[in-house]
Amino acid sequence: MRNKFDIELEDLNLDLIRMGARAEQTITKVVKVIENCDEAGAREIIEDDDLVDAMARQIESRSMKLIMKQQPVAKDLRIISTALKMITDIERICDQASDISEITLSVCKEITIPRPQHISKMGRTTAQMVHMAVDSYVHRDMGLAEEVIGMDNEVDRLYDVVKTELLDMAIEDREKIDQIVDFLMIAKYLERIGDHAENIAEWAVFSETGVHKDRRIL
Amino acid sequence: MRNSAEKLSNDISLMKKKHRPKDAAQKFAIYACAILTVVILFYLLIYIMIRGLPNVNWEFLSTAPSALNKTVGILPSILNTLYMIGITLLIATPIGVGAAIFLNEYAKRGKIVKIIEFTTETLAGIPSVLYGLFGALFFGVTLALGYSIIAGALTLVLMILPIIVRTTQEALKTVPNEYREGALGIGTTKWHMIRTIILPGALPGIITAVILAIGRIVGESAALLFTSGIGTNMPANFFGHMMESGATLTVQLYTYAAKGQNEPAFGIAAVLVIIVLVINLLTNYLSKRFGNKNK
Amino acid sequence: MDIKISTKNLNLYYGQNHALKDVNIEIEAGKITALIGPSGCGKSTYLKTLNRMNDLVEGVKITGEILLEGENIYDPKVDVTILRKKVGMVFQKPNPFPMSIYDNIAYGPRVHGIKNRSDLDEIVENSLKGAALWEEVRDRLKKSALGLSGGQQQRLCIARAIAVSPEVILMDEPTSALDPISTTKIEDLMSELKKKYTVVIVTHNMQQAVRISDRTAFFLLGEMVEFGKTEDLFSMPKDKRTEDYITGRFG
Repeated sequence: MRNKFDIELEDLNLDLIRMGARAEQTITKVVKVIENCDEAGAREIIEDDDLVDAMARQIESRSMKLIMKQQPVAKDLRIISTALKMITDIERICDQASDISEITLSVCKEITIPRPQHISKMGRTTAQMVHMAVDSYVHRDMGLAEEVIGMDNEVDRLYDVVKTELLDMAIEDREKIDQIVDFLMIAKYLERIGDHAENIAEWAVFSETGVHKDRRIL
Repeated sequence: MRNSAEKLSNDISLMKKKHRPKDAAQKFAIYACAILTVVILFYLLIYIMIRGLPNVNWEFLSTAPSALNKTVGILPSILNTLYMIGITLLIATPIGVGAAIFLNEYAKRGKIVKIIEFTTETLAGIPSVLYGLFGALFFGVTLALGYSIIAGALTLVLMILPIIVRTTQEALKTVPNEYREGALGIGTTKWHMIRTIILPGALPGIITAVILAIGRIVGESAALLFTSGIGTNMPANFFGHMMESGATLTVQLYTYAAKGQNEPAFGIAAVLVIIVLVINLLTNYLSKRFGNKNK
Repeated sequence: MDIKISTKNLNLYYGQNHALKDVNIEIEAGKITALIGPSGCGKSTYLKTLNRMNDLVEGVKITGEILLEGENIYDPKVDVTILRKKVGMVFQKPNPFPMSIYDNIAYGPRVHGIKNRSDLDEIVENSLKGAALWEEVRDRLKKSALGLSGGQQQRLCIARAIAVSPEVILMDEPTSALDPISTTKIEDLMSELKKKYTVVIVTHNMQQAVRISDRTAFFLLGEMVEFGKTEDLFSMPKDKRTEDYITGRFG
């Protein structure tokens, strides 16, 4: 028999999945924004950020009310605490996507320097990480989660490559330093998004095993 | 369905107080029963007092009856009654309370306990004249006690034992099991627990048992007529008197009434009523004092 | 790990009813062990076997061993009164005796042979302090214990239990008849008690088990299903039945 608590937990889970899906859409769009200077996409991302924040507040409220009413233990407690932790990372991913979009909107038209070669790859890799992280939670796929956690090193490496590329440009042409810094920031945001995707995967592991970063925390 | 929904509808004002004749009739009947009981009781009491009290004077209370002087005195009977109460309770209370403790605290709930309980109930229902007959033959003849206060008291012991056992058992049952658990949980022995927790807790009930027993002793005539007899001599020796015949007030009342001497009979009746009243008030006071000590 | 009571293959029958099935539990000294499970699962029955309160029930048959510091408490040579002095008990319903507060506490010590007035005074004061009740009742020790509130009565019962200097205190749902504030007081008291005594508590309140206990045993249908550190049992239960019970998805 399914009781009321089960139904509420399932609703919470669905909310979380919906929010994860929203992050996936956003990150897919943001790759296009970076690659093609997609202004319409950028505006959508910025506008939708409020929506994502509202989703986060709704999940927080649901989770806290469940804690108050049900005093959950064991698996129930992990599901709810995972939700509370995971939304922060999803929210940050969308915030950073929004930040990237803002930078792009303000400078896209005036860009004169060549796009760093690896920034596109970096965008695609982080986007893939976000997809995989959300999937690993939805399908309780621990293998996939571990893969995401491993991929963060790749993103970090790409960030270093992009940074070196941009530094070289800066040495050649000090006049373009503004644009170079903008790209560096975009790269840094992407690197942060990768970190958050890794966090999501780590919380996905926790929700199944109670272990977070190789430590039993519940 | 529709009908019941209409009947239970809330679409009705609170301010329509219904007249319910059946309720009123029942209430009237109950009040009438209560009043009737009180009226009968008071009529009886007042009748006895009016007929009896004029015959009560100091001489009546303080002398033995004298055939020579043709005077009536009830002092020996008052003393006999006190003897009877004292001896009977002295024997019956420890045995009765002990039996009740055994039945309630020690005996396993089984056939034997049921048989004992059934027997005590049956004993309580036997007419007292049968006790008298048995007492006369067994105590009077077999044990050669003749007509004596002690033979009467032993007969009464048999008669009131069931009352004391049953009432004490009920009192023991009212002592919460939690007390027993609590005491045993500290590591008392069973007997120590009974002595320090159970018996004090059951004391008001045991006192009630004693009151009931006194009531029966004072009121008894048939069982005593054949056992302690109708003697009305003043006791000469405190212990020796037990072996003499002695009529209690009720027995003396019976003998006067049987001879048609209504004046002394009613006089005794009035004294009896007063004695019973005093005993009840006294025990009530005692049980309240013991009962209140722990509240 | 210092084992106070060790239960080995304990089976208990009420007539035909097999109430405890092969129970094995090791109760650690100086810890609070909670026994949880649905009504009729055997947890209270098990608790009562620890100081042989089940002896009072007719038709009980017990096999297996319960060792209190290595001695089998069901050995025929055991003096039950000494066992119950060592293993005291606090019941579900506060059950102070109908006598004064002082006499309630002194009852146990008197039973066990302490007659000296000043010794008794000292025991009464220390026991009441140990049960966090001294300040509330010091001025009315001669008043009846029945005049105390429910929570005070239960602390009095705890004081009464510790007055005979036990080693183990068994508690059978000690707060189920109390309001939340009294419950909190007793829970706080329990964490003090475990410094001196080994505590075993039966509780229906799982949050209480989580809050106060170090070890938890889950009983179901007379079986001890799972036993472990409370934190582990309530975060990662090993048995599906435990998980279902503690998360309220029973049956």
